[in-house]
Amino acid sequence: MNKKVIFEIPSIYRDNFRVTGYEFGEGEKSVCIVGSMRGNEVQQMYACSKVIKRLKRMESEGRIKKGHKILVIPNINPYSMNIKKRFWSTDNTDINRMFPGYNLGETTQRIADGVFEVIKDYKFGIQFASFYMPGKFTPHIRMMKAGYESVDLAKQFGLPYVVLRNVRPYDTTTLNYNWQCWETHGFSLYTTTTNEIDKESAGQAVRAIMTFLAKQGIVEYTGHDGYKSLVIDDKDLISVRTKKSGLFNAKVKVGCEVVKGQVLAEIIHPYEGEVIAELKSPVDGIVFFEHDEPLTYANTAVFKLLEREV
Amino acid sequence: MIKTVASVDLPVDEVLEIKKNRIIPVNGLTGKEKRISVVTGIHGDELEGQYVCYELLRRIKNEPEKLTGIVDVYPAMNPLGIDSITRGIPAFDLDMNRLFPGNSEGDMTEYLASKIISDVLGSDVCIDIHASNIYLTEIPQIRINELHQEKLVPLAEQLNLDFIWVHGASTVLEETFAYSLNSRDVPTLVVEMGVGMRTTKEYCIQMVDGIMNLMKQMGIWSGEVKAPRKSIISVDPDDVVYLNAGSSGVFIQEAKHWTVLKKGEIIGKIVNPLAGEVVEEVVAPIDGVLFTIREYPVVDEGSLMGRMLKLDVCKEAFDV
Repeated sequence: MNKKVIFEIPSIYRDNFRVTGYEFGEGEKSVCIVGSMRGNEVQQMYACSKVIKRLKRMESEGRIKKGHKILVIPNINPYSMNIKKRFWSTDNTDINRMFPGYNLGETTQRIADGVFEVIKDYKFGIQFASFYMPGKFTPHIRMMKAGYESVDLAKQFGLPYVVLRNVRPYDTTTLNYNWQCWETHGFSLYTTTTNEIDKESAGQAVRAIMTFLAKQGIVEYTGHDGYKSLVIDDKDLISVRTKKSGLFNAKVKVGCEVVKGQVLAEIIHPYEGEVIAELKSPVDGIVFFEHDEPLTYANTAVFKLLEREV
Repeated sequence: MIKTVASVDLPVDEVLEIKKNRIIPVNGLTGKEKRISVVTGIHGDELEGQYVCYELLRRIKNEPEKLTGIVDVYPAMNPLGIDSITRGIPAFDLDMNRLFPGNSEGDMTEYLASKIISDVLGSDVCIDIHASNIYLTEIPQIRINELHQEKLVPLAEQLNLDFIWVHGASTVLEETFAYSLNSRDVPTLVVEMGVGMRTTKEYCIQMVDGIMNLMKQMGIWSGEVKAPRKSIISVDPDDVVYLNAGSSGVFIQEAKHWTVLKKGEIIGKIVNPLAGEVVEEVVAPIDGVLFTIREYPVVDEGSLMGRMLKLDVCKEAFDV
């Protein structure tokens, strides 16, 4: 293992801003794994730390195959995480809206550029991603239809689902999109949580990455092959929206099977405690996404369901 | 007449309302009137438009008989942001100016964006007033996407602002308020002026003079107006040079905003107060005029310190 600083900026009153990478193996740039990019992505960093721990052991056992280099960057934005802020500490910009970056530009453009210069030539890129809405996801691989995506490769992670979605204008400045533009096979790996640690889904993600690396001939790993992934389109997920604002009381958890008409959640009057609305499942299916905050606004998609026979 | 454009119940004992003030001619409408919409407050930390809205309405109310068209004033597109000194939409941590055209079936933020667009549609001209951010001070200017320059530059020239900057198209800007309206045939001008969290009276008065002039040209106002100043127009990306900090520290400004600088002239210094040392001199990289200047003193490596316009483009305006 080779731990090295891949990008650094001095600060006037804080310690230097550093992006630290962990290299394993030698040879062609085979796979780069990126953890958190925002200050609240603690689960994403935690999962990466588990990948690093596992690769360290595998390297000492000679299980990283010759000719392959693996780079893991657990955190591209430690400054924001240390002050519990989601975006960049001074100007609130999002590093994941700055790719491919610009070395003469503003601070987060420079960070994106400095990191991307190091990670853009890898054959595979895996990013532990998070959703902009607070909530929990069923673990899955998410891919944009940017023209360089490969569903067959995504299935090799052995996670239950591969989700495809269309590119929106803001996507063009994300790491994943730019990886694809530079002909890296980019995958966004969603575990269950973001700002709290979920050990089970982090462990599942580590196994999924090892399974994928083994299938690419990069590591020796004989763990479980995982699931035969179901490929779905993001637009096929059924949003269940709140009709009213208030306290949110979920009756089901992410991953649960539900039947048509089943009560998924109640909206409770914040002062009087009465149930003012019930959210019922419009289909038989599986809870793919679950809102997990105590308050909700009206018309928020608090559940995303995958219609399936249960 | 004050009208509610959009209304949403918040979780705890509060209704979020976006409002506008519609002023019409004293004798009512014939159905043939032109309509101008003045919109501001999409970013909650940008307040220059607040003074513009007040002053525009004050002038119209002062001579109501001179109004011959419809004026819609939307002072607070992001009321929660303005109230809480938050640039984006609080709680959602989203930039409202990346949500348009919105979705009437979507979540609260998408719904609000969609209601705003529906309400402004039908305007003959829309002006979207921004105020830079808390980090930079801008000379009063209009920014125009090159895709819409043919229609917008002649309108922008009526607005009495110092600078019209036609910039390149960018995919990420396709979800802005102005792009959404321009692509729906509502000519929409984006104004940037002043600095975040403050109002600059001089700029606001200048802007209102320009709006009154544009209203006159459109047949919405029959009263006296001031002739607009001749704006500097830049259409070549090479006209504008960006200045970024090479070091972290505290910026001490020395050069004056919107004055001619010679190449090598000092714009300011980045100092280290702990060491008592100058860590970098920020100098003009070209002969030109500084139209954007760093306002917030603490800078990181890469922070935008200013923007300069090449002297060739503004020689006439500065008489050099």
